[in-house]
Amino acid sequence: MTLNKEFRKGFWRENAVFRLLLGLCPALAVTTSAENGLGMGLATTFVLVCSNIVVSSLRKVIPAKVRIPSFIVVIASFVTVVQLCMEAYFYDLYKALGIFIPLIVVNCLILGRAEAFASRNRLFPAVADGVGMGLGFTLALFVLGAVRELFGSGTLLGYAVFGSGYQPLILMILPPGAFIAMGLLLAAMNLIDTNRN
Amino acid sequence: MNSMLRLVLVLTLITAGAGLILSLVETVTREPIAEQRRLATLRALKAVLPPANNSPDGDTVQLVTGQDKRGRDVARTFFRGRQDGELSGVAFKVVAPDGYSGNITVMVGVNPQGTVSGIEILSHNETPGLGDKITLPVFKGIFVGKNLDNADWRVKKDGGEFDQITGATISPRAVVGAVHNGLEFFREHGSEILANAEGGGP
Repeated sequence: MTLNKEFRKGFWRENAVFRLLLGLCPALAVTTSAENGLGMGLATTFVLVCSNIVVSSLRKVIPAKVRIPSFIVVIASFVTVVQLCMEAYFYDLYKALGIFIPLIVVNCLILGRAEAFASRNRLFPAVADGVGMGLGFTLALFVLGAVRELFGSGTLLGYAVFGSGYQPLILMILPPGAFIAMGLLLAAMNLIDTNRN
Repeated sequence: MNSMLRLVLVLTLITAGAGLILSLVETVTREPIAEQRRLATLRALKAVLPPANNSPDGDTVQLVTGQDKRGRDVARTFFRGRQDGELSGVAFKVVAPDGYSGNITVMVGVNPQGTVSGIEILSHNETPGLGDKITLPVFKGIFVGKNLDNADWRVKKDGGEFDQITGATISPRAVVGAVHNGLEFFREHGSEILANAEGGGP
């Protein structure tokens, strides 16, 4: 069980969105553009790493009976920190992500990693797990956002890609587009996996 | 009993620690957040008001516009812009409750005579690609120079003269209606809004 392995599993083999299918609520809701996906992913990564650090360091102190409330308090605190800092220093992103920042608290990815990994492992593996899982989540949200933005608005990170003649496929930035893009990406990943074996 | 005590103690310590960290972060971010909110309002005011060189957010009048369901007063804030101390325009927020999805908040700027100098959409949840075209300059520009007397305040589909957007009539209709209501309120209460306009310089 090396740190490297704990770090890398989050990107493909145990990717939160495409393999564990965790944290789908923000993954589907905020990925109307690549930038939103990136912002949401990084905010979640920050909370995940911090909560993994605290939960792992306190794993021998927290009694099993009150572990879930303890985890929730830790996670909710870090989410509030992110929310305050984002409103203070990244106001536009804060406006774009809106209600989904406080909802990071109930992202089952974070509680899931605290319960399944951080509370049972030492500090360094827990950090590696948090960073890997978080960046994997960020990558998934970024790709999802990029695909939806590309076809839904004809832009990528705000820059026009297809030129002015392109008629945007509005469906892709509406809620159904999230499910369609998600399904197609999932299928593509399965296809690659099947071919590799 | 002992284990019970431990549960209480640990949970108390964790929440106390969380509270301490949060109060620290709140103290650090309080001023930047207030500043960000002020800047956002100021940006909208600059966009809708005729040229002004004061800070309109520091020169305001509040008027009661009605009562909410519980009988409390609903106040509307009027931001006054001045050019070298001379009143150049007034800006206020109106809310269109009849958009396609949820409220549309609009900042409206008028000159002292009640002619629109600009509008800005502050928040909305209209359909991306259709209704959200109300935020485009080409739509917002239609309102400039219009007042209660020189325009028919309906979208073209309803017989008025405001171009609706291709594929979306509801959102523009809501905005036109809300701006119209705001102008009527301004006409009725103009004297109160412009009161001590000469005396109360910035």
